[in-house]
Order: sequence, then structure tokens, then C-alpha cells
Amino acid sequence: MERQLTCIVCPRGCSLRVTLDADGKPAKIEGNACPRGETYAIAECTAPMRTVTSTVKCEDGTVIPVKTDRAIPKGLVFEAMKIINATVAPSGAKVGDVLVREILGTEASIVVTGKKP
Amino acid sequence: MKYTLKENGYVDLVIVGGGPAGMSAAVAAYDAGLRDILILERDNSLGGILRQCIHNGFGLHRFGEELTGPEYAYRYEKMVREREIPFMCDTMVMGIDKDRNLTAQNSEYGIFTLKCGAIILAMGCRERPRGALNIAGHRPAGIFTAGTAQKFVNMKGYMPGSEVVILGSGDIGLIMARRMTLEGAKVKAVCELMPYSGGLARNIEQCLNDFDIPLYLSTTVVEIHGKERVTGVTVAEVDENRRPKPETKRYIPCDTLLLSCGLIPENELSVGAGISLDRVTNGAVVDGDRETSIPGVFACGNVLHVHDLVDYVSEESVIAGRAAVRFIRGERGEEISLTLKTDGKIRYTVPQRITRVEDTTVYFRVADVYRDKAIVVRAGGAVLIKKKKQKLAPGEMETVKLTAKMLGEVKGSEIMLSLEDA
Repeated sequence: MERQLTCIVCPRGCSLRVTLDADGKPAKIEGNACPRGETYAIAECTAPMRTVTSTVKCEDGTVIPVKTDRAIPKGLVFEAMKIINATVAPSGAKVGDVLVREILGTEASIVVTGKKP
Repeated sequence: MKYTLKENGYVDLVIVGGGPAGMSAAVAAYDAGLRDILILERDNSLGGILRQCIHNGFGLHRFGEELTGPEYAYRYEKMVREREIPFMCDTMVMGIDKDRNLTAQNSEYGIFTLKCGAIILAMGCRERPRGALNIAGHRPAGIFTAGTAQKFVNMKGYMPGSEVVILGSGDIGLIMARRMTLEGAKVKAVCELMPYSGGLARNIEQCLNDFDIPLYLSTTVVEIHGKERVTGVTVAEVDENRRPKPETKRYIPCDTLLLSCGLIPENELSVGAGISLDRVTNGAVVDGDRETSIPGVFACGNVLHVHDLVDYVSEESVIAGRAAVRFIRGERGEEISLTLKTDGKIRYTVPQRITRVEDTTVYFRVADVYRDKAIVVRAGGAVLIKKKKQKLAPGEMETVKLTAKMLGEVKGSEIMLSLEDA
């Protein structure tokens, strides 16, 4: 079986053609311009991962941008959003501050990415 | 660093705009040895549009890692602060004249005039609004440009609506499709007038496909329904001349319409100064140093031409920053005068002129989606570059690199870029 993917690792967005073996595992990957495309294709066909970016509210009523500091399983994205939306950052939160550690049993933490508006 | 106006109002280099272009140009000018620099920013903080672009994907070229917009902006703000480059926020530039006098205003100084050794224009771009799209219907609440919605959600913490249709598949529209979905809205459709998306392929994948949001190509919104608030839109497919086909009309109920229909460089100041603009880019006509038709006035970033990636904005702004320093020191002079021409399949180039014999990267966009073509650069009958490309699309900026050696050997006054069968 074959799967057509668009690599999301960089803005180049290579079209990837993945040939899957009988067990559904990626056996051959074509179309990637760099090795990261191969890593992405294997992950996408076995355990797809996404970084989540969003905002959390601050104690003073403003919002501040955050992200998961690494990719989490794609299936957990909406669960992660629930945690992010339940989080309140201190008014003095700064870029790089960790707000929630190791969410949903992953190694990813919610970290602040920007200044307050 | 805070800036105190001098009595004579003179500043070596004034940069209009404190977004990624302005900050990168300021840092480059400082690192080239200039100290009398002032950045003027309209908003209450440096960072420009990156402040609301909270998604990741920035900085892979420039920093070798994936950053969010605010993180990318913060890195440049840190560079500005470390160098103690002065900037004024909440300051609006009202006008520039051909002698590089600049009028601005803020609450501290009122209206004031600066005499500038050089000026760098870095005002960025704005979105094409509803008024420019000629969509029939009332003017209910619930119609936003994608960037306005982005500001509401990411900076103000407000949701603009709950059932959304997006017109236009530019990157901001795609990013907002995902953002609204993550925050609990239902994005019912993304409609694109053209037969191809205007956004990056990776954004179609991670913003639409990840959430099963349908993208309808060759489709547009022909009517907006609702009087107080949007109640729905009528969409229709379009023919090859982009005229709606009435028999394909269908109604989609929604309370919000987001528009992502193109970006326009914000050049009111440039027009006021009498700077020549390129009719295709809507930005200034510049040489390799990004100098406009007014000596000592440079332009970089999205005010010059709309970029896909901020990394390239930063790169371009370094060129403008360094060149402005050479201008102030009287070290600039035209070595050659070459005009870049295109064949129509290539819509434009930046720069449009080359005046110095040095390695020059030429940025351009194509007019349509093409497969298996070669980008050919010719001058004086000779082929300088032939570069094969499997796929070219208007949404993805292309480059060719002209070396100093090539430019030194050009016969004639024109360089021609064309797209030919590979």
C-alpha cells in the first residue's frame, strides 16, 4: 500500500510517497529532500506527533502565548488544549517560563513563548 | 533604549517600523558600526505582526530551530536591547519627503520632525479587506480579515465566532482555520477562488487535513447573509475566467466569515514621498541594496514585497541595514546599471535593478502553477543560469543567485528572467 504525505518539518513542504509493507510499516520513502523528511514519514505512518501552540490566560485578565516544548502524539492535541485552557499564568510570566510539566504522561511541558500584549 | 530628541532633530538612520524587518535592519546597521539609529514603531511594543503569530515554524533558516512568532520576535528584540539601539513605540510616522525629513507624532513629543541621514522603510503589509473583494450582501457583524481574528484570539483572548467559513487559502487563513478549531469553533469550509492554494503545502496538511477541514478550490463566496450578524454565506464554483457558475450555488450556515485574500504592502508613506512603486509587488522599485528611487531611502521586508517566511525578511533587511550605513558614510556609488526583466510567467523580481558588482540573490514569484520548467537567466545573448524545477507555484517565492563574476561580465543593460520547458 502507498501513502501520500506532505512533509511539515520545514516550509519546503516536500511531497512524500511512502510504501507500506504488509504490517502497515513504512518500507520505502521517496520525495524527501532531506533526512528529516524520512524521520517525519516514519513517525506520521506509525505514531504521528504535533507541537501545540495556543494562549493561556493570566491572573490580570490578559493572555500570553504558549507552546508544548516538544511534539506530543497527534491524538492528544485536544486533550492538551483542555489543560492549556484550564491553566492560569501568573501576571509576571516571562518567555521560557514552564507553566505545566509533563502533560498527559508525555515529556512535553507547556512553556511561555512571548511577552504579554 | 529610550531616545531623547536632539535639538536639531538630526538622526543618522531612522527605521520606520519595529517588526522583524525593522529590527533586523537596525541590528545590521549597528553591527556595521553605526550608532545613531532610531526605530519608530506604531504599536505599543517591538515585534510587529509576529506578536500575534503564536504558531511555530519560524526561524528554521535563520536560527536552525523551529520557533513560534513571539519567540522569533523576542530574539530580535533582545538583540536590539543588548545593543542599546533606541526605539520609540506608540509613535506614528505621518510623512516623509524626498530630502529625508520625517514627520512623526506621539504623546510625549506631539508632532515632531527628524532630519535623517538615511531612512529604512519597514512598515510591513496589511490584508486585503472586504471592501476590495466586491461580495454582495449587508454589512453584518462577524466578517473579519484572518489577521484581525488572529489578533482577537491570540492577543485579546476573544473568540470572534463559533461556526466559520474562510474565504481565501493564504497562510494566515489556514493557520486561523486550525486556531479556531483548537479553541472549539467549527470551521466548515475554506474556499479558494484560484484552482490552487495560496498557502504553503505544509499548512494545508497540518492546519486543514489534520482536522478534516475541507478546502474547495475554484470556489468563492458570492453572497453574505444576515443583517445584524452573519447567518450564512452562499458559495459557488467559478469557471476558468473566475466567474461564478450560478448552477453551483450552495448555502453554508455560519456566524463568521474570515477573509484571507492577499496581503498588500503598506506604502502610503512611500507614495507620499514620491517613491516609484512596482505595479506588481505594490512595493518600491529597488536596486540590489534595497535603495528606492529616492537616494538614502531604503525598503525591506513585507513593505517591499510580501514574503512567505520571516527568515527571508530578516535576510533582506540585513542588506538594507548595511547599505544604509554605506550611504551615510558616502561609500555608495553606482558601478553598473542593470535592469531585471521578466517574461510574464515570472511576475516580478526583487530587486528590479542592480547597481553593484557583487553576489546578488534575486527573489521572484511565478504567475501560475508550473511543472517541469527551467528558470533561465539571460543577459546580452548569453545564458547565465539555467535551473530546473519540478514544481513552481505563486505561493512559494523562488530565488536565483547572480554572482559578482556574472554581473561583471554582462554585456548590455538588461537581465532577462524567463520560465522555459526543461
